[in-house]
Amino acid sequence: MDFGGINPVILVASLMVAAVPIMLAALGELVVEKAGVLNLGVEGMMIVGAISGFIAAVATGSPVVGFLAGAAGGAVLSLVFAFLTQVVLANQVATGLALTMFGLGLSSLMGQGYNGIKPPLTGKVPFGPLADIPVLGPILFAHDWMVYASIALVAGVWWVLRATRLGLIIRAVGESHDAAHALGYKVNRIRLMCIAFGGAMAGLGGAYVSLVRVPQWVDGMTAGAGWIALAIVVFASWRPWRVLIGAYLFGGISVLQLSLQAGGSAIPVEYLSMSPYLVTIVVLVIMSSGRGRASLNAPAALGQNFHAAR
Amino acid sequence: MLRLEKRPNPSKFWQYGTPVVAVALTMIVGGILFAFMGKNPVEVIRTIFWDPIFGEFAFYLRGQLLVKAGPLILIAIGLSLGFRAGIWNIGAEGQYIMGAICGAAVGLAVYPTESRLIFPAMVIAGALGGWAWAMIPAILKTRFNTNEILVSLMLVYVAQTILAKASTGFLKNPEGMGFPGSRNFSSFPAAANPELIAGTGIHWGVIAAFLVAIVGWVILSRHIIGFQIKLSGQAPRAARFHGVNPSRLVVLCMGVSGGLAGLAGLFEVTGPAGQISIDFNVGYGFTAIIVAFLGRLNPIGIVFAGILMALTYVGGEMAATNLGLPAAAIQVFQGMLLFFLLGVDVLTNFRIRTAILGVK
Repeated sequence: MDFGGINPVILVASLMVAAVPIMLAALGELVVEKAGVLNLGVEGMMIVGAISGFIAAVATGSPVVGFLAGAAGGAVLSLVFAFLTQVVLANQVATGLALTMFGLGLSSLMGQGYNGIKPPLTGKVPFGPLADIPVLGPILFAHDWMVYASIALVAGVWWVLRATRLGLIIRAVGESHDAAHALGYKVNRIRLMCIAFGGAMAGLGGAYVSLVRVPQWVDGMTAGAGWIALAIVVFASWRPWRVLIGAYLFGGISVLQLSLQAGGSAIPVEYLSMSPYLVTIVVLVIMSSGRGRASLNAPAALGQNFHAAR
Repeated sequence: MLRLEKRPNPSKFWQYGTPVVAVALTMIVGGILFAFMGKNPVEVIRTIFWDPIFGEFAFYLRGQLLVKAGPLILIAIGLSLGFRAGIWNIGAEGQYIMGAICGAAVGLAVYPTESRLIFPAMVIAGALGGWAWAMIPAILKTRFNTNEILVSLMLVYVAQTILAKASTGFLKNPEGMGFPGSRNFSSFPAAANPELIAGTGIHWGVIAAFLVAIVGWVILSRHIIGFQIKLSGQAPRAARFHGVNPSRLVVLCMGVSGGLAGLAGLFEVTGPAGQISIDFNVGYGFTAIIVAFLGRLNPIGIVFAGILMALTYVGGEMAATNLGLPAAAIQVFQGMLLFFLLGVDVLTNFRIRTAILGVK
């Protein structure tokens, strides 16, 4: 069952893998933005997570340690952003850009001498006979554990934001920091923790790129995935399950264009490789315009710093 | 405990003081970083900041300084207008590439004709190319309320693939023995942008950068447009009551920054770079963001900031060849500079007070 040299089952199975990094990063950024902070440094945190995870995994031989180190790397870098925006109240847009530029430089500095090394393999979850079911088997039961973990994380974030006290506090801080402050919540401290969570998620996503998706270390290997993750948050209109849909959509496009390139399609390679970015723009336009404006759902205090006068 | 207290007015002293403090802090922390990498920090800092101006090879490197500062200043001045108004064009790198491609295409189309009109036509085409590329996020923002940050950034990646296509496809040198890259402009005098005064590094792009700095300063401090830009950034509501049309301002600021980035790209590709190649762009569009902030979004400040940032490029290359410092270390250094700048800026708007426990 092939269409133009592309097997739809393999396509769906591989888009689930391709979607993991952007899904994780977008989910983290969603929580950050829900708390009213716009962190444009996702790309930088992702790439630092990618190299920290790669170094740790190569050094210890364990992909689990690699993923933990990736998350730690992203979180540490995000604390720089948190300090600058929450403690000394710097402009969030500019600081986020600085974080991305700094992260790209730092990662390539850390990655010196790691080119061309294979990381330890992240194993598939053994589902036994389930993996042999035609069509459903390769799509649902033939992935590594991070694929399932990322979906579980979507569910977890959705539940926390919707149904727990913690979620209510985060949303209150993001919608009206003055009201949250008046209720006695430490606005900047809560935001700081959300930023660290977002950094850890971006780092985890980055580690997935270098440990599973590619898997090796190349300078600047995230290639805009962090920016696409930011766009997905807008696409998802700040709802966790829509992040999953958005990530699968973009995962699908990047897998499709890669297999079209490999299948020797009539469309030139250059146009195929620019397609994920063009689709992002089109999606942003659709989501931002008209009456169903995504921005209506944006957290009210997004991007505004909070300084308690008293 | 330390406590921040908002100043009624930004401190004049710190407005000019923060860049200096930030540079000093970056040198100190950067030095520590270099020390960790096993280099002698004093030697590295001296190689980057001292040698290009006063060292042994300064006669050559001083020229390189202006070569690198020219595009940075051109782009940063354009960006600063938008940044002041709260319009974030961060895709200058893409506009730079598109300007270079459009301008070069005009020149290469008439190769090998010799006419005085070719270079001016290329300059116009370059500016238009950058302008058109910046118009995409601008129109999408004004029409569909799309976030200009994300769109302009996505277009950088698109521009890079177009550049790859240009250098291996439609602008490839037909006599290039199959190597990627266009014809070299140094062998096409009518379209070249040579060094005008030998040894200084001054080419048309550097002259344009200084002219634009002066014009930018006049517009910002004397013209109604400059007033509207500043007003929109500081008090958007007041700007609307004043009659500022936000859409017009977005189109204007994005257009100017795109056009200037395109110009910078054209001057680079016809001069120092020499030809369209896959990697002729070296990230000036992104570094210019740092330059704009380091210059406090002020055209005159940006000129100094651009020269300082050029110093880190030139000195960084020196440190790479002489001391084996990786190129990425300079990128980290530049990123760190922006961090410190944004961090130290707290002193401009806030007073730091020590509060005794229990007393407010």
